[in-house]
Amino acid sequence: MDLKLGHYNKDDIEVVDVEGEIDVYTAPRLRELLIDLVNKNNYQLVVNMEKVEFLDSTGLGVLVGGLKRVRAHDGSLDLVCTQERILKIFRITGLTKVFGIHETVDQAIAAKKLEK
Amino acid sequence: MATVEVTFTPLPAHVRTARLVAAAVARRSGVDEALLNEVRLAVGEACSRAVEAHRRHCPAEPVRIEMTDQGERFVVVVSDHAPAAPAASSAPPGTNGNGAGHRGLVEVAHEEDGGVIPVGFGLAVISGLADDVHVSSTSAGVSVRMSWPSAITA
Repeated sequence: MDLKLGHYNKDDIEVVDVEGEIDVYTAPRLRELLIDLVNKNNYQLVVNMEKVEFLDSTGLGVLVGGLKRVRAHDGSLDLVCTQERILKIFRITGLTKVFGIHETVDQAIAAKKLEK
Repeated sequence: MATVEVTFTPLPAHVRTARLVAAAVARRSGVDEALLNEVRLAVGEACSRAVEAHRRHCPAEPVRIEMTDQGERFVVVVSDHAPAAPAASSAPPGTNGNGAGHRGLVEVAHEEDGGVIPVGFGLAVISGLADDVHVSSTSAGVSVRMSWPSAITA
Protein backbone atom coordinates (compact mmCIF):
# COMPACT_ATOMS: atom_id res chain seq x y z
CA MET A 1 0.00 0.00 0.00
CA ASP A 2 1.22 3.46 -0.84
CA LEU A 3 1.45 6.36 1.58
CA LYS A 4 -1.45 8.76 1.98
CA LEU A 5 -0.89 12.07 3.72
CA GLY A 6 -3.27 14.75 4.86
CA HIS A 7 -3.24 17.55 7.40
CA TYR A 8 -5.57 19.97 9.09
CA ASN A 9 -5.48 22.56 11.83
CA LYS A 10 -7.26 22.10 15.11
CA ASP A 11 -6.90 24.51 18.03
CA ASP A 12 -3.76 26.02 16.49
CA ILE A 13 -2.16 22.60 16.27
CA GLU A 14 -1.41 21.03 12.91
CA VAL A 15 -2.52 17.43 12.75
CA VAL A 16 -0.89 15.23 10.12
CA ASP A 17 -2.81 12.11 9.14
CA VAL A 18 -0.61 9.32 7.81
CA GLU A 19 -1.99 6.19 6.18
CA GLY A 20 -0.11 3.28 4.64
CA GLU A 21 3.54 2.31 4.74
CA ILE A 22 6.43 4.56 5.73
CA ASP A 23 9.64 3.11 4.38
CA VAL A 24 12.74 4.03 2.39
CA TYR A 25 10.57 4.65 -0.68
CA THR A 26 7.73 6.67 0.80
CA ALA A 27 9.39 8.43 3.75
CA PRO A 28 10.70 11.34 1.62
CA ARG A 29 7.10 12.44 1.02
CA LEU A 30 6.42 12.63 4.74
CA ARG A 31 9.71 14.47 5.20
CA GLU A 32 8.71 17.02 2.57
CA LEU A 33 5.34 17.59 4.22
CA LEU A 34 6.85 18.10 7.67
CA ILE A 35 9.44 20.50 6.28
CA ASP A 36 6.73 22.38 4.42
CA LEU A 37 4.60 22.72 7.55
CA VAL A 38 7.54 24.01 9.57
CA ASN A 39 8.43 26.44 6.80
CA LYS A 40 4.87 27.76 7.07
CA ASN A 41 5.40 28.43 10.76
CA ASN A 42 3.60 25.38 12.11
CA TYR A 43 5.66 24.38 15.12
CA GLN A 44 3.04 22.43 17.09
CA LEU A 45 2.54 19.15 15.26
CA VAL A 46 0.65 15.96 15.94
CA VAL A 47 1.32 13.03 13.62
CA ASN A 48 -1.59 10.60 13.64
CA MET A 49 -0.18 7.14 12.90
CA GLU A 50 -3.26 5.10 13.64
CA LYS A 51 -3.55 4.04 9.99
CA VAL A 52 0.14 3.39 9.46
CA GLU A 53 0.68 -0.21 8.46
CA PHE A 54 4.46 -0.27 8.35
CA LEU A 55 7.25 1.90 9.74
CA ASP A 56 10.99 1.36 9.39
CA SER A 57 14.09 3.22 10.52
CA THR A 58 13.88 5.59 7.56
CA GLY A 59 10.46 6.66 8.77
CA LEU A 60 11.76 7.03 12.30
CA GLY A 61 14.49 9.25 10.94
CA VAL A 62 11.94 11.47 9.27
CA LEU A 63 9.92 11.80 12.48
CA VAL A 64 13.02 12.57 14.53
CA GLY A 65 14.08 15.07 11.89
CA GLY A 66 10.68 16.73 12.13
CA LEU A 67 10.96 16.84 15.90
CA LYS A 68 14.36 18.47 15.63
CA ARG A 69 12.98 21.11 13.28
CA VAL A 70 10.02 22.11 15.44
CA ARG A 71 12.13 22.12 18.59
CA ALA A 72 14.40 24.65 16.94
CA HIS A 73 11.34 26.94 17.13
CA ASP A 74 10.37 25.87 20.67
CA GLY A 75 7.69 23.62 19.19
CA SER A 76 6.91 19.95 19.65
CA LEU A 77 5.93 16.93 17.60
CA ASP A 78 3.75 14.33 19.27
CA LEU A 79 2.46 11.06 17.90
CA VAL A 80 -0.84 9.23 18.03
CA CYS A 81 -0.35 5.49 17.93
CA THR A 82 -1.89 2.49 19.65
CA GLN A 83 -0.73 -0.25 17.29
CA GLU A 84 1.60 -2.63 19.04
CA ARG A 85 3.55 -3.53 15.90
CA ILE A 86 4.33 0.13 15.29
CA LEU A 87 5.02 0.92 18.93
CA LYS A 88 7.51 -1.93 19.08
CA ILE A 89 10.02 -0.20 16.82
CA PHE A 90 9.79 2.91 19.00
CA ARG A 91 10.54 0.77 22.05
CA ILE A 92 13.43 -1.06 20.38
CA THR A 93 15.06 2.23 19.48
CA GLY A 94 14.29 3.98 22.76
CA LEU A 95 12.29 6.66 20.97
CA THR A 96 9.33 6.23 23.32
CA LYS A 97 11.33 8.52 25.60
CA VAL A 98 11.76 11.12 22.87
CA PHE A 99 8.23 11.44 21.52
CA GLY A 100 5.02 12.11 23.32
CA ILE A 101 2.85 9.17 22.23
CA HIS A 102 -0.89 9.39 22.74
CA GLU A 103 -3.90 7.18 22.13
CA THR A 104 -6.06 9.73 20.32
CA VAL A 105 -5.64 13.01 18.50
CA ASP A 106 -7.77 14.74 21.10
CA GLN A 107 -5.53 13.47 23.88
CA ALA A 108 -2.46 14.67 22.00
CA ILE A 109 -3.96 18.11 21.54
CA ALA A 110 -5.03 18.28 25.17
CA ALA A 111 -1.51 17.36 26.26
CA LYS A 112 -0.04 20.09 24.09
CA LYS A 113 -2.39 22.66 25.57
CA LEU A 114 -1.22 21.68 29.06
CA GLU A 115 2.38 22.18 27.97
CA LYS A 116 1.70 25.74 26.91
CA MET B 1 20.20 -24.56 -1.20
CA ALA B 2 18.00 -21.56 -0.63
CA THR B 3 14.26 -22.08 -0.68
CA VAL B 4 13.82 -18.79 -2.49
CA GLU B 5 16.39 -16.44 -3.97
CA VAL B 6 15.53 -12.93 -5.05
CA THR B 7 17.67 -10.35 -6.76
CA PHE B 8 16.43 -6.85 -7.40
CA THR B 9 17.61 -3.58 -8.82
CA PRO B 10 18.69 -1.32 -5.94
CA LEU B 11 15.68 0.97 -5.99
CA PRO B 12 13.78 1.97 -2.83
CA ALA B 13 10.52 1.01 -4.51
CA HIS B 14 11.60 -2.63 -4.63
CA VAL B 15 12.27 -2.91 -0.89
CA ARG B 16 8.56 -3.30 -0.22
CA THR B 17 8.38 -6.18 -2.68
CA ALA B 18 11.37 -7.82 -1.02
CA ARG B 19 9.92 -7.67 2.46
CA LEU B 20 6.54 -8.95 1.29
CA VAL B 21 8.21 -11.90 -0.41
CA ALA B 22 10.22 -12.60 2.75
CA ALA B 23 7.09 -12.59 4.88
CA ALA B 24 5.31 -14.90 2.46
CA VAL B 25 8.20 -17.37 2.36
CA ALA B 26 8.54 -17.21 6.15
CA ARG B 27 4.87 -18.06 6.52
CA ARG B 28 5.27 -20.93 4.07
CA SER B 29 8.30 -22.15 6.05
CA GLY B 30 6.30 -22.35 9.24
CA VAL B 31 7.42 -19.21 11.04
CA ASP B 32 4.88 -18.28 13.68
CA GLU B 33 2.38 -15.65 12.62
CA ALA B 34 3.40 -13.53 15.59
CA LEU B 35 6.94 -13.28 14.19
CA LEU B 36 6.05 -12.44 10.60
CA ASN B 37 5.93 -8.71 11.23
CA GLU B 38 9.42 -8.90 12.70
CA VAL B 39 10.65 -10.82 9.65
CA ARG B 40 9.09 -8.24 7.37
CA LEU B 41 10.60 -5.31 9.26
CA ALA B 42 14.06 -6.83 9.67
CA VAL B 43 14.32 -7.87 6.02
CA GLY B 44 13.11 -4.43 5.00
CA GLU B 45 15.79 -2.79 7.13
CA ALA B 46 18.51 -5.02 5.69
CA CYS B 47 17.33 -4.38 2.14
CA SER B 48 17.12 -0.62 2.73
CA ARG B 49 20.72 -0.64 3.94
CA ALA B 50 21.85 -2.68 0.95
CA VAL B 51 19.94 -0.52 -1.53
CA GLU B 52 21.52 2.61 -0.10
CA ALA B 53 24.98 1.04 -0.33
CA HIS B 54 24.45 0.01 -3.94
CA ARG B 55 23.02 3.35 -4.96
CA ARG B 56 26.20 5.01 -3.74
CA HIS B 57 28.73 2.50 -4.96
CA CYS B 58 27.33 0.18 -7.62
CA PRO B 59 23.82 1.12 -8.79
CA ALA B 60 23.95 -1.33 -11.70
CA GLU B 61 24.45 -4.33 -9.39
CA PRO B 62 21.41 -6.10 -7.95
CA VAL B 63 20.81 -6.73 -4.26
CA ARG B 64 20.47 -10.39 -3.37
CA ILE B 65 18.24 -12.11 -0.81
CA GLU B 66 18.40 -15.80 0.04
CA MET B 67 15.64 -17.32 2.15
CA THR B 68 16.17 -20.83 3.42
CA ASP B 69 14.00 -23.20 5.40
CA GLN B 70 16.56 -25.12 7.44
CA GLY B 71 14.02 -27.21 9.28
CA GLU B 72 14.37 -25.65 12.70
CA ARG B 73 15.25 -22.14 11.53
CA PHE B 74 14.11 -19.83 8.78
CA VAL B 75 17.23 -18.06 7.56
CA VAL B 76 17.42 -14.88 5.49
CA VAL B 77 20.67 -13.52 4.07
CA VAL B 78 20.69 -10.09 2.45
CA SER B 79 23.88 -9.44 0.54
CA ASP B 80 25.25 -6.37 -1.14
CA HIS B 81 28.19 -6.03 -3.48
CA ALA B 82 29.29 -2.55 -2.53
CA PRO B 83 33.01 -2.22 -1.85
CA ALA B 84 33.81 -2.45 1.83
CA ALA B 85 35.77 0.20 3.69
CA PRO B 86 38.23 -0.57 6.48
CA ALA B 87 36.63 -1.51 9.79
CA ALA B 88 36.54 1.43 12.14
CA SER B 89 34.27 0.72 15.06
CA SER B 90 32.33 -1.99 16.82
CA ALA B 91 29.16 -3.71 15.74
CA PRO B 92 25.79 -2.38 16.84
CA PRO B 93 24.40 -3.88 20.05
CA GLY B 94 23.14 -7.40 19.72
CA THR B 95 24.80 -8.28 16.44
CA ASN B 96 27.52 -10.85 16.08
CA GLY B 97 29.49 -8.31 14.15
CA ASN B 98 32.32 -9.67 12.13
CA GLY B 99 34.18 -6.50 11.35
CA ALA B 100 30.81 -4.85 11.35
CA GLY B 101 32.08 -1.37 12.09
CA HIS B 102 32.31 -0.96 8.38
CA ARG B 103 31.05 1.21 5.62
CA GLY B 104 27.79 -0.69 5.69
CA LEU B 105 26.85 0.91 8.98
CA VAL B 106 27.64 4.40 7.82
CA GLU B 107 25.33 4.15 4.88
CA VAL B 108 22.16 3.99 6.88
CA ALA B 109 22.66 7.47 8.28
CA HIS B 110 19.74 9.64 7.22
CA GLU B 111 21.51 12.77 6.15
CA GLU B 112 18.34 14.52 5.02
CA ASP B 113 17.13 14.48 8.60
CA GLY B 114 20.09 16.43 9.84
CA GLY B 115 22.09 13.44 11.00
CA VAL B 116 19.77 12.91 13.96
CA ILE B 117 19.67 9.17 13.42
CA PRO B 118 22.97 7.56 14.38
CA VAL B 119 24.93 5.39 12.01
CA GLY B 120 24.16 1.71 12.30
CA PHE B 121 20.59 2.47 13.31
CA GLY B 122 19.02 0.07 10.83
CA LEU B 123 21.21 -2.82 11.92
CA ALA B 124 20.50 -2.01 15.55
CA VAL B 125 16.80 -2.29 14.75
CA ILE B 126 17.41 -5.65 13.09
CA SER B 127 19.22 -6.88 16.17
CA GLY B 128 16.14 -6.05 18.18
CA LEU B 129 13.89 -7.99 15.84
CA ALA B 130 15.80 -11.20 15.08
CA ASP B 131 17.24 -13.33 17.88
CA ASP B 132 20.10 -14.42 15.64
CA VAL B 133 21.88 -11.77 13.58
CA HIS B 134 25.28 -12.01 11.98
CA VAL B 135 26.87 -9.25 9.93
CA SER B 136 29.88 -10.13 7.83
CA SER B 137 31.97 -7.81 5.71
CA THR B 138 34.34 -8.89 3.01
CA SER B 139 35.93 -7.29 0.00
CA ALA B 140 32.97 -8.61 -1.98
CA GLY B 141 30.41 -6.77 0.12
CA VAL B 142 28.35 -7.02 3.29
CA SER B 143 25.99 -9.82 4.24
CA VAL B 144 23.35 -9.62 6.94
CA ARG B 145 22.22 -13.06 8.08
CA MET B 146 19.10 -13.28 10.22
CA SER B 147 17.10 -16.24 11.41
CA TRP B 148 13.93 -17.05 13.28
CA PRO B 149 12.56 -20.29 14.68
CA SER B 150 10.22 -22.19 12.42
CA ALA B 151 7.07 -23.91 13.67
CA ILE B 152 8.82 -27.29 13.58
CA THR B 153 10.71 -26.45 16.76
CA ALA B 154 7.57 -25.43 18.64
